[in-house]
Amino acid sequence: MLRYAVRRIAGVIPTLLVIITASFFIVRLAPGGPFDQEQTLSREVRANLDRVYGFDQPITVQYARYLRALSHGDFGPSYKQRDFSVTELIAQGLPVSATLGLTAMLLALALGIGFGVAAAVRRQTSVDFGITSLVVLGMALPAFVVGPLLALVFGVYLQWLPAGGWEAGEPRYFVLPAVTLALPVSAYIARLTRSSVLEVLRANFIRTARARGLGFRRILWGHVLRPALLPVVSYVGPATAFVVTGSLVVETVFGLPGTGRYLVQGAINRDYTLVMGMVIVYGTLVVLLNLLTDLVYGWLDPRVRHD
Amino acid sequence: MTDSSVPTTTLSDFRRSRSLFQWARNRAALGAAGVICLLVVAAIVGPLLSPYAIDSLDWQHMAAAPFGPDRHWLGTDRLGRDLFVRTLNGVRISLVISLVSTAISLAIGVTWGAVAGYVGGRVDELMMRFVDVLYSLPYLFIVIILTTLFERGSLPVLFFAIGAVGWLTTARIIRGQTLSLARREFIEAARATGASTPAILLRHIIPNLTGPIIVYAALTIPQMILFESFLSFLGLGVQEPLASLGSLINDGAQEMQSAPWMLLVPATFLVVLLMCFNLVGDALSDALDPRDVGGARE
Repeated sequence: MLRYAVRRIAGVIPTLLVIITASFFIVRLAPGGPFDQEQTLSREVRANLDRVYGFDQPITVQYARYLRALSHGDFGPSYKQRDFSVTELIAQGLPVSATLGLTAMLLALALGIGFGVAAAVRRQTSVDFGITSLVVLGMALPAFVVGPLLALVFGVYLQWLPAGGWEAGEPRYFVLPAVTLALPVSAYIARLTRSSVLEVLRANFIRTARARGLGFRRILWGHVLRPALLPVVSYVGPATAFVVTGSLVVETVFGLPGTGRYLVQGAINRDYTLVMGMVIVYGTLVVLLNLLTDLVYGWLDPRVRHD
Repeated sequence: MTDSSVPTTTLSDFRRSRSLFQWARNRAALGAAGVICLLVVAAIVGPLLSPYAIDSLDWQHMAAAPFGPDRHWLGTDRLGRDLFVRTLNGVRISLVISLVSTAISLAIGVTWGAVAGYVGGRVDELMMRFVDVLYSLPYLFIVIILTTLFERGSLPVLFFAIGAVGWLTTARIIRGQTLSLARREFIEAARATGASTPAILLRHIIPNLTGPIIVYAALTIPQMILFESFLSFLGLGVQEPLASLGSLINDGAQEMQSAPWMLLVPATFLVVLLMCFNLVGDALSDALDPRDVGGARE
């Protein structure tokens, strides 16, 4: 297990370096600079700006500087929101986004596993058929369709919940965004759970358990669920990536002041340092969660680590 | 040497005829394929039937409801632009972008996978390691970076940005298939006659991968449609006065309190399109995917 863990952790480092290096060089080598859209800067002002932001240095020096600053948690100044550093913007948005993402993930796991097991246990009945159709629908409905529709129905017509906006410490504002974010993920999890429960139910050790006269409930909770949920565990990593990208849309739709909205605004305003910082933060998060997933999986299933 | 693939065609012909039969039995997929054809025709012909252009403003009927006056069959938006025309144009743009970027991603993926699988050794290891690294990145961020950098709304940038991220799965699958193909006798025979590596790849390996390539094309298209509308929804994709389904949904979401049809019309088209492509893709992969030839699926 230890060797497996060390190997996986070592594998993460090049990935992180690739994320940082690629986003740095793509941004710097691209045509146009961050000050190009501002009209009529005099040459002196332009030179001063370039010096302050270090653009007069060779690109390798800029890269080394960026890495050094990054190791102190400094993502540099935002090019468009002059009074803020990127680190400050991230620190402002992250609590909102993290709460949203975590709520959505837990909700998706609960819904997905519940419906998946129900569909597998009631295989080929109307329950199974209903859940399977909901799953197909849930996977085909992207967040940017579900979000506005939910806001329209529950926010505008029924007026049960706010259609958007955010107030600190008010969970009401979180319900619709979290549901929107969770739905497609829970659909995937339900499909995964259903097929893997069905597979485990056919295994020999389940037949043995049945032969021993154990009740169905006991078999389900005691023998089926643990092996059947392995694929779900391995899906948590990709699901995180999904939730993170989904949060860009959800935060835009519901007007939440999270990091996802900063990324979108940064991309629209061509705020390069902000986009770079966000990509690095999100990329690291996804890579680390993938790592965690792999480690948990290796711990749960010994076959993996003896490859 | 052109006939060197004969030993495999008999087998795969057999498999294909059976699988086509299976596929034809799948009525839902056939229905979905029919709906897709219908939408393609509608996207091409539809806008010609309406007297309005995508950017023509009708001052008499602003934010008119569907089935409204003056042949605004699906209503108008807040500026009085005809939604029937704009939505069908959006379908057309979404389809074009997704088809072109699917082609790009398949071209990259098939080449990458076939070369890695056939050449093998250290080259293979390096190429697939690169795929692994890219795999662990959230690819939409790469697309967002690319759209941040280049001219916004330019269709070639969108083709490239979306296509450049969709090829990873294809590369993996194709590599696996190539590995098993490369060991077959007819490849050895081709090599014995002195055929060059590119010739073997182009004339013997890739033609024998047609099945999985079709499957992955079908599975990639809806993903590309989704990417494109996601970007356009965020304002990073297709720009005014052009409209794609994503940007129409975004416009609609702004106006949903007063004019819900502005949201519902493009959203319905997008969901139907995605579901149909998913159904066809799933059915095709059940039928043609060599990974489960036995067809023993739940």
